[in-house]
Amino acid sequence: VAPGLMSAMESVDGAVRTLPSIGRLSRGLLFGGVHGRVGLSPSSRLLPPAPPSQENVDSQKTTFLLRKQWTLYSVTPLYRFSDTHLKDYARLLSAFIAAEKQKGLAVEIGVELGIKVAISSLPDLRGSDRDQAAILVQLSSRSPASPKNSEEKVIWSGWFCSVSGDDFSENVPEDFTCLPLFLANGAESYTSIVGSWFQKTFDCCFRRLAISPLNLSWMAAMWTGCKVDKTASAMELVFSVPHLPQPLDISYAIHPEDAKALWDTVQKTPGEITQEEVDVFMDCLYSHFHRHFKIRLSATKLVKVSTAIASAHCDGIIKFLQSQYLTGVLMLLTELAISQIQ
Amino acid sequence: MQRRQTPKQPLQVHRKKQTDLSAWRKGGRIDPEKSVQNHQSPNNQKNDSKQDSLEQALSYFEKVQDRVSLKKNNVLQKHLTTVESIALQRGLPPEGFDVLLNVALSGKLSDTVNTRLLKSLIPASVIPETSVVSSVSWLCVSKCSSNIQLLFLRWLITVFDFIDHKERLHALYGFFFSFLQDEKMCPYVCHLLYLLTRKENVKPFRIRRLLDLQAKMGMQSHLQALLSLYKLFCPELVTITLPGKTKTYFKDSEGPWKATINTVRQRKQENSLVSQPLFLGTAQPQSRKRKWNTQLIIPASSTNKNNLEEDREKQRVDFYGTNESFPVEQLQTFSQLLQNIHHLEFPSQMGSVLTNPLLLHYMNCIKDESIYLRLYYWMGQTLQEECTWYVADNKQYEEFKDFLETVYKAECFLQEGFSSCEEFLYKSLPLWDGFCCRSQILRLVSWIPLSSFSEMKSHLYDPLAQLFFTSSLYFKCSVLESLKELLQNWLNWHIIHLDSESDSQAHSLGVYTDAASRHCCRNTTLSGLVNVVAELIDFVGWISTVALRLENNPTFLLYFILDFYETVCDMYLRYNLPLLIMPPAGVFYPALLSMDSVSLNQLCYIMYRYRTNLVAAKENELSKKKILQFKFSSQTYQEYNQYIIAMVGCLWTSSAFQKDIHPQGLCMDDELLKKTTVQEFKTSFNIVYHPAMMGYAVLFLQQAWPDDTTFNFSLIKGKKWNWYLEYLYAQGLKGLKVFIESSINRVSQASHSKAGNMQA
Repeated sequence: VAPGLMSAMESVDGAVRTLPSIGRLSRGLLFGGVHGRVGLSPSSRLLPPAPPSQENVDSQKTTFLLRKQWTLYSVTPLYRFSDTHLKDYARLLSAFIAAEKQKGLAVEIGVELGIKVAISSLPDLRGSDRDQAAILVQLSSRSPASPKNSEEKVIWSGWFCSVSGDDFSENVPEDFTCLPLFLANGAESYTSIVGSWFQKTFDCCFRRLAISPLNLSWMAAMWTGCKVDKTASAMELVFSVPHLPQPLDISYAIHPEDAKALWDTVQKTPGEITQEEVDVFMDCLYSHFHRHFKIRLSATKLVKVSTAIASAHCDGIIKFLQSQYLTGVLMLLTELAISQIQ
Repeated sequence: MQRRQTPKQPLQVHRKKQTDLSAWRKGGRIDPEKSVQNHQSPNNQKNDSKQDSLEQALSYFEKVQDRVSLKKNNVLQKHLTTVESIALQRGLPPEGFDVLLNVALSGKLSDTVNTRLLKSLIPASVIPETSVVSSVSWLCVSKCSSNIQLLFLRWLITVFDFIDHKERLHALYGFFFSFLQDEKMCPYVCHLLYLLTRKENVKPFRIRRLLDLQAKMGMQSHLQALLSLYKLFCPELVTITLPGKTKTYFKDSEGPWKATINTVRQRKQENSLVSQPLFLGTAQPQSRKRKWNTQLIIPASSTNKNNLEEDREKQRVDFYGTNESFPVEQLQTFSQLLQNIHHLEFPSQMGSVLTNPLLLHYMNCIKDESIYLRLYYWMGQTLQEECTWYVADNKQYEEFKDFLETVYKAECFLQEGFSSCEEFLYKSLPLWDGFCCRSQILRLVSWIPLSSFSEMKSHLYDPLAQLFFTSSLYFKCSVLESLKELLQNWLNWHIIHLDSESDSQAHSLGVYTDAASRHCCRNTTLSGLVNVVAELIDFVGWISTVALRLENNPTFLLYFILDFYETVCDMYLRYNLPLLIMPPAGVFYPALLSMDSVSLNQLCYIMYRYRTNLVAAKENELSKKKILQFKFSSQTYQEYNQYIIAMVGCLWTSSAFQKDIHPQGLCMDDELLKKTTVQEFKTSFNIVYHPAMMGYAVLFLQQAWPDDTTFNFSLIKGKKWNWYLEYLYAQGLKGLKVFIESSINRVSQASHSKAGNMQA
C-alpha cells in the first residue's frame, strides 16, 4: 500500500532552528495528555461533525483568524468573569496597559491613550450552545502623527475559546467561566501584559500549551482525512533528530491525495478515529520513508505538521488555513488545553 | 554573680534601657506595633548591643550643639558609623528619623556629615509624618546648603511610600509649590508635587505659574509631567496640548536609597519565617527576570477590584467611607480579622493566602467551594509548571524548593492536604529521582488526603517502593517517617470527623457527609477508611521487612519501623478506629532478637499497647452494648498470641525454642540446637543473657557483687531476679516494665516462675 510519494530531505541550519522552550516541551510531554485523575489519554476520538455549510459559519467574522501564527496557552477557569461587562473590562485593561507602559505615573481610567483595547464576543466560535462564546481581545494603535480619524491598526490580538469543552465546564461552579484555550498573535510583551491582567483580575493561570508528538500525529491523521475543495498544498511533516552534535531536521512532504488514499485504507469506522489507526497510518509513512532513505523516522521526534487544514508546531504554535475546519481543529486543541489544566 | 557584671553597666539600668527602647525620644508617641517590627531578629543578643549603640548615637545627635569637625572628633565619627552600618543592615526605626533629619537639616554639622546622615536614612518599617513635616520647616528657614536641600528632596521622593500618614504633608502643598521657583530644586519639587497632587490642589493660579515657568525654562519634562497630571484632573482648566508619549518624566528618581531599602526589606523577609504581611504588599521585589506566565512568585494579597464596575452607584458611596468590604491589604492583626470577618473579601488572587496566616485562618472558617477551586487551579498549574526534576538551573531549584516548603507549611496550618498537591505528587513521583527537594516532597506526601477508592497503590506505593528499595538507609528512614505522619494525619482526620458525626447523628450510616470533609475525603465510609488504612499499614509492613533484610537489621532503621507501629498498635483506643494489624514476622523477630536494648524496649511497649487495645476491643465485643459493625478477626488475636508466646518464651521462661508456634518463629529441634555447641541455649535470650540486655546484667553484677569478677550470670535468680528487674526499670526500660507487668503472670513473687501467656 505504498502510494507514490514525493519526499524531500533537508538539513536545516542550527541557527534557524531555535527551540526556545525545549525544557518546557519535555515537561509538556510528561504531563500533557494526562486525562482526568487517572491519567489516560483517549484511545479514540470522534471526528468533529461534518463541516457546516458556508452560510452557517459567518466566515467574515472568523477569516481574520486564518493564516496567522497563534501561540497556544491553556487557561484555568476565569473567576467572576461576565460577558456582560466586556466594555468595562476593555476600559480597565486599557488603563492597565497604559500603567504598565509608563510605570509609576498616574493614569486615569477611560482617558484616550495610545493603545485602544477592544474586547468582544465571538459567538460563532463554539461547538455547541453549552460552550461559552469565545472572547476576542484586540489592541490597536493610533499613529501619533495624525491622532484623529486615522485608521487604527491592530497590533496584538488574543482570544479565549472553548469548543466542545462542556464536559469540563459542566463540573465547574457557576462563578467560573471555562474558556480553556487561549491563542495570541503579536508581541510577547503585550501577551504578557494582557495575560497578567487576566490573571490578576479573574484569578486564572496561563500556561504555554505544547503539543506532544503523539498529538501531532493525531493531527496529521485527522487532517489528512478532511476534504478540501481547492487543489491543496502538500502535507508536510517535520522531524527532528535527537542527540546529534548538529541539529538536523527532516522534512517529509507528501502529496495530499496520496496521503488521503493511504488514510482511507487505514480508517475503518467513518467519523471515528482510534489510536491504533493513527499508529498504522504513521507506521506506513515511516516504512515508506525507510525504504527510500534508510532512515527510521520512528526514532526521531515529530515537531511539525502542516496540511491544507492547519499547521501545528510542537512548541504550541498553530496556523489555521481553512475556516470550515476551524472549529474542528479548535475542538482538539480545547481537549488538549483541558487535559493540561485538570 | 553580681560581681561578674561589668562595673560600668549595672544590670538593672541596662535592662531598663532595653525595655524602653524609645525612651530617649521626648514626648514622642510610641507605636508599639511599629517599634516591635524592628526588633524581631533571630540573634537577639547581638541586636541588643546594636540597639544600645544606636540609641547612644541618636541621643548624641540629638544633643550635639555646635559645628563639630568630623576629622577631629572621634565620638562623632563613631556614632556616624554606627548609624550608617545599622541603617545599611536593618534600616532605622521610626523614632530615629526625627532626630537625624533635625540635625542634618539644621546646618549644625558640616555638609559631609549631613550628606552621610541623609544617605543612611533607610526606613526599617515606616517614617513618621511628623519628622517629615518638621524637616520641611527646616527647609523653609534655609539653614542648610542647597545641596543638602536637594538631597533631602530626593530622599523624600524615594521614601514617599514609607511615610505613615500624609495628611499634614498634603497641607504643605503650597510650601512645596513655592519651591518651584528655585531652578535647581524645580525638577525634584515637580516630582514631589506629582506624588502629592490631588484634584483639589489643581488651581488656576498654579496652572498659570507652571505655564509661566515653562515659558521661562522651556519644555521641561518634569513640568510637563505635572501639567499633564493637572490636565488629567481638570481638563477644562488646562487647555494646552501636551505631547502624548514621554518615556521618563523624572530622571534619577531612585536616588542612592532604593537598592538599600530593597536589600533591607528582603533580609527582613527572610528572617520572618512564614512571611508576615508586608507593609507594602504590592512593592514586593521581583528579583529575577522571568517569563510572565510562570507563577512561582506567590502573588501579593490585594483586594479584588473585579467588582469595580458592577454597580457604579454603590461604588461612589464606597468612596465616601461606607465601604462594604475590608481590604485585605489592611489586614495586619488577628484582632482586625475578628472585627472584620463578616465583610472581609478574599484577595483577587487566591495564591496569596499561602503566605498570609490570617487569610489561612479565614479560609478555614469559610465554607465556599470556589475558594478551594481557585487555589486548586493556581497551585496545580504552578506545581506542574515549575516541577523541573532535571533542570540544572540552581536558582530555580531553590525557588521550587521554597515553594514546596510554603505549600507544606500552609497544609500544616490548615491541617489539611491540598488536592492539587496530591495530584501533583501522583503525577511526579514516578519521575522523581528521590533526591531533588527530598524532604519537601516526602513531607508533602504526609498530607495526601484520605480517599476512599484506593488509587494509592499505583500512584503512591509503587513509585515510592521503587525508590525506597534502591536508595540509602537515610532515605528509607525518611520515607517511613513520612508514612507514619501520613497515617497519623488520616487517623486525626478520622477522629475529628467522627466527633462531628456523632454530633450530627449520622453515625449509624457510617458515611461521612460533613461538608467540611469535602477536601479530605471523598465520600468515605468507615469500611472504606479501614481498608485504606489497612492498605497503608500492610505496605509499610512489607517494605519494612524487605528493608531490614537489605540493610541487615540496623537499629536506626528498626527505630523508624517500630515508631510507625507505635501508632498502629494504638489505633483502636486512641483513634477509635476498629482496626489493629500486627507487625509482620520480618519486623517482629528482628526487633525481638535485636542487639540493641532500645529496639527491644520499644517492641515491649508496642506489645503492651496491642494487648491493651485487644483487651478493650474484646470487652466491648462481649458487652455488646451496641452492635458492632467491625470485629477484629480471630487471626489478629491468634497472631498476637503467637508473638506473645515467643516473647515470653524468649525473655522470661527460657523456652523460646520449644514453645514458639509462629510458622516463621524460632521453634527448633533440641538435636539441632545441640549441634550448635552453644551451652545453655535455652536461656540465651532471657532478660539476663539476651544480647541487648547483657550489658545491663554485667553492670548489675558489678554493683551487686563488686568483688566478684567472674561474671556469674546464674547468680541472678530468685530475689536477685527481682532486684535485677527493678534495676532494669530504673535504667529507663519502661517498655519492658509495662510489658512484664501486664503480660506475665507472676505466680510467685519470690521465684521467676512460669509465665502465663495472656489469652485475649
